[in-house]
Amino acid sequence: MDRYQQMFSGLSEKKEGAFIPFVTLGDPDKETSIRILETLLESGADALELGIPFSDPIADGPTLQRASIRALNNSIKPSDCFAIIKKIREKYSSVPIGLLLYSNLILAKGVDEFYQDAADAGVDSILVADAPVRESAPFFESAKKSGVKQVLIAPPNATDETLESISLQSEAYTYLLGRSGVTGAEVAAEMPAEELLGKLKSLKVAPPVLGFGISKPEQVAKAVGAGAAGAISGSATVNIIEENLDDVTAMLKKLSHFVAIMKKATKLN
Amino acid sequence: MNKLERNFGEFGGMYVPELLIPALDQLEQAFLDDQQDPGFQKEFLDLLKDYAGRPTALTKCRNLVSNPNVSLYLKREDLLHGGAHKTNQVLGQALLTKRMGKSEVIAETGAGQHGVATALACALLGLKARVYMGAKDVERQSPNVFRMRLMGAEVIPVNSGSGTLKDAVNEAMRDWSATYNEAHYLLGTAAGPHPFPTIVREFQSIIGQETKNQIMAKEGRLPDKVIACVGGGSNAIGMFADFIDEPSVQLIGVEPGGKGIHSGKHGAAISGEGSKGVLHGTYSYIMQDAEGQIEESYSVSAGLDYPAVGPQHAYLHSIGRAEYVAVNDDEALRAFQLLASKEGIIPALEPSHALAHALKVAEEASDGTLIVLNLSGRGDKDLAHVRSIIGEDYKGVK
Repeated sequence: MDRYQQMFSGLSEKKEGAFIPFVTLGDPDKETSIRILETLLESGADALELGIPFSDPIADGPTLQRASIRALNNSIKPSDCFAIIKKIREKYSSVPIGLLLYSNLILAKGVDEFYQDAADAGVDSILVADAPVRESAPFFESAKKSGVKQVLIAPPNATDETLESISLQSEAYTYLLGRSGVTGAEVAAEMPAEELLGKLKSLKVAPPVLGFGISKPEQVAKAVGAGAAGAISGSATVNIIEENLDDVTAMLKKLSHFVAIMKKATKLN
Repeated sequence: MNKLERNFGEFGGMYVPELLIPALDQLEQAFLDDQQDPGFQKEFLDLLKDYAGRPTALTKCRNLVSNPNVSLYLKREDLLHGGAHKTNQVLGQALLTKRMGKSEVIAETGAGQHGVATALACALLGLKARVYMGAKDVERQSPNVFRMRLMGAEVIPVNSGSGTLKDAVNEAMRDWSATYNEAHYLLGTAAGPHPFPTIVREFQSIIGQETKNQIMAKEGRLPDKVIACVGGGSNAIGMFADFIDEPSVQLIGVEPGGKGIHSGKHGAAISGEGSKGVLHGTYSYIMQDAEGQIEESYSVSAGLDYPAVGPQHAYLHSIGRAEYVAVNDDEALRAFQLLASKEGIIPALEPSHALAHALKVAEEASDGTLIVLNLSGRGDKDLAHVRSIIGEDYKGVK
């Protein structure tokens, strides 16, 4: 079993969903970024979803755009991001780590090489935000060669044809969009996503995890209650980083509290 | 899956979030339906003729070319309603918007020309327009901002990123990913995800079709060289489209060389030091650093100031069918003045780049060479900017 399978089966035995925070690697800088990731894991995060900063993130709202800009202003490169992941992997050998990033960062490096670097750093899965199913073939090929799992996004408006392709090609988990639009805590996920969850279940997709617009424990509880295998919270997590840039101790304390209450909400019993 | 080919060789594609795929597929279908529908074609052609003022003239330069045995013709898109070629394809996409049952239009604009064209088409056809424009451009192009507002469009300044065209496109795509049920994203150039490069080319191809007929009527033969400026590349692809299968016609795209390719301050995605990558949903030549972060482009001409190029141009370059060259700010500014003083036509700064190259070509050409240039827009919008560069006490071109 790979790390995601182990996590999901362990959680399902305990009747829990996964809570997966998302942050941008290198935000606000390399050292703080490592401390943030450690804090997230020590506070109960089941897995990590991590972004590599990009100059033109078309799927992201203002919060995650600013996170990219902060990291880029500190000259964070993909190689720094992999170095951060390596550090975390050395300390946490079993936690699933996913990347969520834009295609041009992969193409610039060379697709095979990028996936191999990711695998070497200890990455378990990669979701390419701007590679829909019909453009995913070259990424999927390199993923298979490197052993990194491919994750695809299932949006609420997808056709049955698209959902079927997703069921065949999304491996570690399926990123279920809670709503249309871009990332951000300002617009809440539309709950519950039961209809889409039902469709996905019948297609036997990799465990569906709900993201976009998840900022409150009630949303996590609802998502897991409706049958999602977990929930991802990005902008709400990054908002805490942004609001406490001048006091890292306070930042980590608040992140820890946030993760704890979000994790608690994944427990069905 | 797609009903039309979504790639041009290795270029093109649909590199967008899965969420936008249904809206792009819907657009592709509407476009295909309309291509088959004589009613749509008639309405489009009627608008081009009676509202926009087509066909535009093909003017032979009388004084500009020193060699009397070389002919240079200008395709006068500067005479089109709205002041540039942009109006052609905007009318087409606005009709598609209605066909899809959508009532709102999202657009991006750099210098404001596409925004103005969008605003006029939406005013005419009863659509609600919102135009994203980099905050820096809102300041630099205030007359166009006022034009758009006069015609009822909402202009939304974009502060994120560099505050220019690239960021306006990002913001328009973000808006669209939340509003695709009611809104059409009326992309302004022959770039972006499929089907935009194909749709924009088809709606702009009337430029080349008219040119072909006009030059045959005047000269009884095809031109030797067809020249157009290339930012995203919509006027050039519209001019080239009907000549691609005419191997005797040399196609030349002129990119903005800015302060010189080696200065790094330019917008020449193909002829500069661009490499292949994805920006705004399409795989093409783009300006990027070694890690794949998109670089900011630069040009004296806002309409060419874009760090990528349409995928069909990348393809035409890769197979050697079209040639792409760069012309610097200074050369374009000189051509701008020359056309004004020799022919009484004030061109936009964008086609001034193409003109500068056409004059170089004309000088070296053998007798009997026939050159056609797409004069894609008029220079009114650039007057204040050019005046600030060449001086208040202008005494004539040097």
